[in-house]
Amino acid sequence: MLLKGIKTKEKLIETFLLACAAVSVLTSIGILWVLFTESMIFFRHVSIVEFLTGTEWTPLFAEKKFGILPLVSGTVLTSLIAIAVALPLGLTIAIYINEYAPKSFRRIVKPVLEILAVVPTVVYGYFALMVVTPFLQKWIPGMSGFNALSPGIVMGIMIIPFISSLSEDALFAVPKSLREASYGLGATKFQTSFKVLLPAASSGIIMSVILAISRAVGETMIVAIAAGQQPRLTANPLVPIETITTFIVQVSLGDVVQGSLEYQTIFAAGIALFVLTFALNNLSFWMKKRLQEKYE
Amino acid sequence: MSKLSKSNSSTSMMMDKMFRYFGLACTFFALMILAFFLIKLLSEGASRIDWTFLSSFPSRSPEKAGIIVPLVGSFYILALTLVIAIPLGVFSGVYLEEYGRKSKLNALIEINIANLAGVPSIIYGLLALEIFVRWLGLGKSLLAGALTLSLLILPVIIVATREALKAVPKTIREASYALGGTKWQTILHQVLPAASGGILTGVILAMSRAIGESAPLIVIGAMLYISSLPSTPLDDFSVLPIQIFNWLSRPQPGFIINASAAIIILLVIILILNGLAIYLRNRWQKKVNW
Repeated sequence: MLLKGIKTKEKLIETFLLACAAVSVLTSIGILWVLFTESMIFFRHVSIVEFLTGTEWTPLFAEKKFGILPLVSGTVLTSLIAIAVALPLGLTIAIYINEYAPKSFRRIVKPVLEILAVVPTVVYGYFALMVVTPFLQKWIPGMSGFNALSPGIVMGIMIIPFISSLSEDALFAVPKSLREASYGLGATKFQTSFKVLLPAASSGIIMSVILAISRAVGETMIVAIAAGQQPRLTANPLVPIETITTFIVQVSLGDVVQGSLEYQTIFAAGIALFVLTFALNNLSFWMKKRLQEKYE
Repeated sequence: MSKLSKSNSSTSMMMDKMFRYFGLACTFFALMILAFFLIKLLSEGASRIDWTFLSSFPSRSPEKAGIIVPLVGSFYILALTLVIAIPLGVFSGVYLEEYGRKSKLNALIEINIANLAGVPSIIYGLLALEIFVRWLGLGKSLLAGALTLSLLILPVIIVATREALKAVPKTIREASYALGGTKWQTILHQVLPAASGGILTGVILAMSRAIGESAPLIVIGAMLYISSLPSTPLDDFSVLPIQIFNWLSRPQPGFIINASAAIIILLVIILILNGLAIYLRNRWQKKVNW
């Protein structure tokens, strides 16, 4: 009897724990469901073709146009600038820490660099607006107070630890034998790093870069503060632009009527953002799996 | 060694040397930027911080404005978030690590958590706007905000819990089973206490993430201007990052100084939390010598 009671209790507890774990599955289903149903309402009024190929985004104006390309171009532009800053710096730091620096240096510098990733993004927005933009304006006359360049650079600084830490882990995971073989042949550290370790760790490094891009694409506050809120289909980094995330913030701050078409646009923008980051994240998981298979 | 180096060209030796300095320069460049930002911040805002700034209500004139409302809001929402997210996250972690057999369901939950960790925070805001604010009718309340942040930090807590549970050796479990303990008794009385240090570290890191978050809270409609302290979980609220964002979007220079001062306070809180996490991690690693 007693034993049976215990068994029932154990079973109940297991079911309860499973229910807790199910919350995260429900969250995913919820995200997909909300984005899908709300943007379906949006797409009843706006054709998907217009949404995907239109070059003007003016849902808050009297004459409404719903082409998402200006928001996508703003997002891509700031993310590309961020990667252009973070990739060379992050990768050089990873190689330096992994191959050149003494162990004690690695132990101190790695966590200090990771501070860059815990600073809230609203704080980076402040730096972009108050420090980097005024500095750049001194060198680039005619640069607007809101632009893609400054938040892009600051975003790049923010994602340096993503690339440096994850790439360093990938370099560290390269089997010792490869490194020793290279040194045994008389190669320098530079040659070993670039001709042996880097190719061997390439999928891990690409994974880190993709994760960093995904982070930049979804980044909100830096661009909302420093990039301006003017959707513009341009590759010019010196003029105000708007990203997908900034648009969602802009609508949330204003007093748009719930249930109106303007209001639905944030879900349509949201699904575009979700698809973009989901694809990037899964590409990086796939890379990680390939990496694991290689060394096991 | 000298023979070996002769066999390599002098150009590659030079490249090697140059890269050594270049790498050092890059590393210090990143650190210097961090330092430069902090100095700039301190010079702008440090003198603004005093008791009146901390304890004043918002105001239309920057000299009179203070951060008591967002400060209390931040702590209030953090406390609520932890009450919701810690049990959910720890129990999920326990299920996945201790019960989850290699089933298809378990694999699905795992892929799902990895994916959730990569979803931009603003998307969580859209989810919360529909489910918590509109469906459950919670409005733009503290509770709606706390639920949003809970979902956001859940993956962090789950992953930390699993890592901590993994580090508990099999022998502890086997000893408990041998004494007749059931699975849940073993987990509750042996495994979880042994893993508590690691779980706590993860929870604190999740806290520092939650307290700096603003985008999803803006989406659910957290107030930019609010003049009374929240007293129940259903009251409207503001948090520090949103107050900073609000001040940054004002043209008057006085508000920029206020924003700098508020950022300093926010960063101090986050650095304390991270320092605590590092301290706990080190202490835990020292104490646990299986």
